[in-house]
Amino acid sequence: MDKLPDILGSLPYLLEGALLTLAITVLALISGFVIGLPLALLRVYGRKPAATLAAAYSTVLRGLPSLVVLFILFYGMAAVVKLPAFLAGCVALGFCSSAYQMELLRGAIQSVGPGQMMAARALGMSQLQAIIHIILPQALRLAIPSWSNEAAVVLKDSSLVYAVGLAELLRRSQQVAARTYQSFIVYSLCALIYFAMTFLANRGLDHAERALRLPTPLEETAH
Amino acid sequence: MDVTFWEMIWPALGRGLLTTLQISAVALTLGFLMGIPAALLRVYGPKWLRWLSVGYIEIFRGTPLLVQLFVIYYGLPDLARALEGLGIEAQFLVLDRMLAAYVALGLNSGAYQAEYFRSAIQAISSGQIMAARALGMSQFQAVTHIVLPQALRLAIPAWSNEVAYMVKYTSVVFIISVPDLLARGQFIISKYYNPMEILLTVGAIYLMIVLGLSTIMGKIERAATIPGLQMEVERG
Repeated sequence: MDKLPDILGSLPYLLEGALLTLAITVLALISGFVIGLPLALLRVYGRKPAATLAAAYSTVLRGLPSLVVLFILFYGMAAVVKLPAFLAGCVALGFCSSAYQMELLRGAIQSVGPGQMMAARALGMSQLQAIIHIILPQALRLAIPSWSNEAAVVLKDSSLVYAVGLAELLRRSQQVAARTYQSFIVYSLCALIYFAMTFLANRGLDHAERALRLPTPLEETAH
Repeated sequence: MDVTFWEMIWPALGRGLLTTLQISAVALTLGFLMGIPAALLRVYGPKWLRWLSVGYIEIFRGTPLLVQLFVIYYGLPDLARALEGLGIEAQFLVLDRMLAAYVALGLNSGAYQAEYFRSAIQAISSGQIMAARALGMSQFQAVTHIVLPQALRLAIPAWSNEVAYMVKYTSVVFIISVPDLLARGQFIISKYYNPMEILLTVGAIYLMIVLGLSTIMGKIERAATIPGLQMEVERG
């Protein structure tokens, strides 16, 4: 217990690590989205070979442990390009997440009725216009709950970057634990910080979902 | 990769694969044993037990598996030491790395499985319980004879996802030096210094196992299906 002030004194150091954790999470989610969305569109609207390729991409990446993808990028590629740990972490988690985001976006796109696409085409829109103006504005809203799940998964998976030595929250917790010999308290504190982050992220995205929700036809007529 | 090299590394990778499968199997079983009661308590339990179950589920779903592993493997012995200082014998908190891996992955999987089972249980209409009670069954009988046989079937798709997740996530035990597939791979890399080759091989093995298990689970799902009884769940 005499170490408690020391541990509390390390809190700012841990929170700085939490910021790095958040940075990795946000960058991985964004790159996952940037890769996942076009692949989801290809999977739904693409020609056969493109759709199959997108499906294969998703199957392979969802079958690999994130840690293996991270090691391939960090150690495997080292002979060709030496990626910094931060970049390797963001890219690895981004790739893994892209496969899951592709699947959840595909589900959302498919749950917008195919009749809407036909109606848009009948009104003279190109397929691309129909996707951008009709399908995506609805599909992206529908995807928010699953996307919020995925954000929590990536946030938790960002702890794997510990293995390549980046000083994110878990690595810093380990340093503090080693210095104070209070593993239980320090790692529990670390867990608490992660918990607070996933909790707040979920709450924030729930809020976003409600704020962006489209009114149902019934609500619309009531106005 | 030439054949002789493959023959040289396969025994080690095979042993690692066995460890990986063993940990996954134990974790999934432990998770099932934790998940069913946690789900039942969350749905049917008295208030305080409901809170206990929610607490367990939310803590383990809200924190990274790796952190849970660290709390259990590094943290608990430390807690045991502190308790000993207070005169309480708590040697059982000191787990070797294999046991720590079982406990951490099992508890983690239990929390996710509890949520799958809960949504499956809640998908069975409460009218069925009332009907069963009206026919003279106890609540317990209604749950074991009416609700669970349907709910467990509904939970199979989510459960097969969980199998794939567990096999992949066992790879984190490599970080506390459990000799699983990834750890064996890393060991070979440190010996021959050919990271790309070995990592891709290890990745391919994980991929084949995950795809194989998904195929088997798909077969089980189709064999156990009741026409018209379906739902969707995802891991988060």
